[in-house]
Amino acid sequence: MTGLRFDLRDPPPGAAALRAEVRAFIAEHEQGWAPEVRARSWMGFDRDFTRAVGARGWVGMCWPKQYGGGERSFLDRFIVLEEMLAAGAPVGAHWIGDRQSGPLILRLGTEAQRQKFLPKIVTGDYAFCIGLSEPDSGSDLASLRTRADRVDGGWKLNGRKIWTTFGHLCDWMIALVRTSPAPESGSKHQGLSQVLVDLKAPGVTIRPIRDLVGEEGFNEITFDDVMLPEDALIGQEGAGWAQATSELAFERSGPDRFMSSHPLLEAGIAALRDDPASAATLGRQVARLWTLRSMSTAVAGMLQEGEDPIRQAALVKDLGNDFEQALPDRMRDVIDTEDMPEAMRRMHAYLTQIVPTFSLRGGTREIMRGIIARELGLR
Amino acid sequence: MSTTIGAELAEQVTRALDDAAGVEVLRRVEDGMFPDAAWDALNALGLGAALVAEDRGGAGLGFLDVVPVLEALGRAGAPVPLAEGIGSAALLAAAGIDVPDGVLTFAASGAAVPWGRHASHVALVDGARVALYPAASLRWTDGTNTAREARDRPAITGAPIAEGTLPNGWGAEAAMLVTALLRAAQIAGAMQAALALAVEHANTRKQFGRPIGRFQAVQQQLAVFAAETSAVSVAAAAAARAADRRGLAGAAFEIGCAKVTAGEAAAKGAAIAHQVLAAMGITEEHSLHHLTRRLWSWREEGGTERFWSARLGATVQAAPGSLWTFITDRDEEPAA
Repeated sequence: MTGLRFDLRDPPPGAAALRAEVRAFIAEHEQGWAPEVRARSWMGFDRDFTRAVGARGWVGMCWPKQYGGGERSFLDRFIVLEEMLAAGAPVGAHWIGDRQSGPLILRLGTEAQRQKFLPKIVTGDYAFCIGLSEPDSGSDLASLRTRADRVDGGWKLNGRKIWTTFGHLCDWMIALVRTSPAPESGSKHQGLSQVLVDLKAPGVTIRPIRDLVGEEGFNEITFDDVMLPEDALIGQEGAGWAQATSELAFERSGPDRFMSSHPLLEAGIAALRDDPASAATLGRQVARLWTLRSMSTAVAGMLQEGEDPIRQAALVKDLGNDFEQALPDRMRDVIDTEDMPEAMRRMHAYLTQIVPTFSLRGGTREIMRGIIARELGLR
Repeated sequence: MSTTIGAELAEQVTRALDDAAGVEVLRRVEDGMFPDAAWDALNALGLGAALVAEDRGGAGLGFLDVVPVLEALGRAGAPVPLAEGIGSAALLAAAGIDVPDGVLTFAASGAAVPWGRHASHVALVDGARVALYPAASLRWTDGTNTAREARDRPAITGAPIAEGTLPNGWGAEAAMLVTALLRAAQIAGAMQAALALAVEHANTRKQFGRPIGRFQAVQQQLAVFAAETSAVSVAAAAAARAADRRGLAGAAFEIGCAKVTAGEAAAKGAAIAHQVLAAMGITEEHSLHHLTRRLWSWREEGGTERFWSARLGATVQAAPGSLWTFITDRDEEPAA
């Protein structure tokens, strides 16, 4: 079970100072954050806040300076992320670009693509979303049908992506699409490519979808003969599957996989300070949080060392999702909803309705457990 | 997660246990016998004084170094009281008492003593006071835990042969904290072994024409088991690291978190292991039950999940700032 090894990590040098800086920054901005904003966690979209975070150098902070990055370590970035999540800061406008799209462009993009996109992710001018799921393709992602066909001067894109978070607010999507038919006898993972799609391009239609909370957080995006330029392709044509799955450890192991409900736990502890009867339930949450943070930090350290701890990431995500998903109900174990202070009740109401998504986004619970089972030699 | 030295020592322990221990030995232990051959093999490694400072004749290792040793013991169902010996020697030496040879064990005053009837010497810890007794000088009432490991009650009939006081950093609950740390790491090991048994069974036992491990329902359960197992291992190591840096008393929060994590995981892991091995795992012949009964037993020792979670909850309720501040203030930034 070597794939399930975790190496403990210490915070990087200067961690306390960086943490203090982030806290001071948050203190300047948090007055306007309603309980629902904090409860949204990294699904809170606020372009102005993102611009301010970027101006402090906390977006793309591990990227080379020539693209606007800070050349900081992955462990430094981890501190910024967890501080933002702990406060419930509305980081959604840069979260995906910083976590996924930017690193992908940095690793596989052309020099021109890096220069075009990375600095604008850092400044908050470009917000990214991810185009993976389709109406008929979820966990079986490789069965997707959106197609980019080669035409003079580029590609013609047709198809549909769905459950695209903030598609209506974002500027760009990196979509996984089929660029050649799957070989008859080969794997359907072949013939897929990743393309950059300008969401303001003609032929792109964005239809918001109301979610459980009653908000329009995600979308269905239809591509109808959308013309993509030649340089819309990222990385290698036909290598999209390997590209899209190669950095999953970055996506799945971070604090955003167990801190999505954190502001509610804080509110619960604050509301129940004088209630000894709730101590044990609160303590169990604290122990779990502490263990998950130790695990997630260990994975961050392994990423910093250049390892690819994809299985550990799946494991952290699975345990973390269970934890953050159950928190609203654990709070109900110790205080009746109607007795919660107003702000806590609003967070609780929001989270109760949104936590089912936690074990869906970024790969379902069943997929995560399948990855672990494979490591165990069961499949 | 282990230090280099820790991994090497664990390998030695594993080899010695492979040769000298096994289901037969565990069975005899549960029948109340002492496994002399296994003890001799393990004792010969000289690990008893692992946590004793070098200037007191020990190896000068830290808790983090011995976590892999404790996991290795746990994987074998801890057929010998080596964890107890390591803990005893650490407490005695810290209290300025010369560590005697032989089978050592310890407990907080008033608590049942692991392997008490088999020990040559016993360290009884009352707050920060450590008192060393020859086991023969105590009047024993034999008892066992759920795993039928000896957990015996001593009545003190005379004076100790040595007494000492633990330094401040060990606090007034040192015996419980050491026990919690030892058991959390042993639980990690026992879970690793039970998981391996369950996976092996799932890959070999066929039903409906294929190994049951091919069924997703079984795979998903074993994945949960594996995740919980990793969580305990990380938690035990992180708590041990905190104990090395801040002293036992200063690491009470981390040790409590590790023990809660271990106790919760032990219950989940044992349940899944038995579900996967079905009736076969229930039989006395199968080695699984030696592990699962120890998982259930060890979570009782050094503070239960209920005890520690109440303590942790009260701690964060009383903390002046947020939970987040409390947790991050405990980070140890390495010296620049």
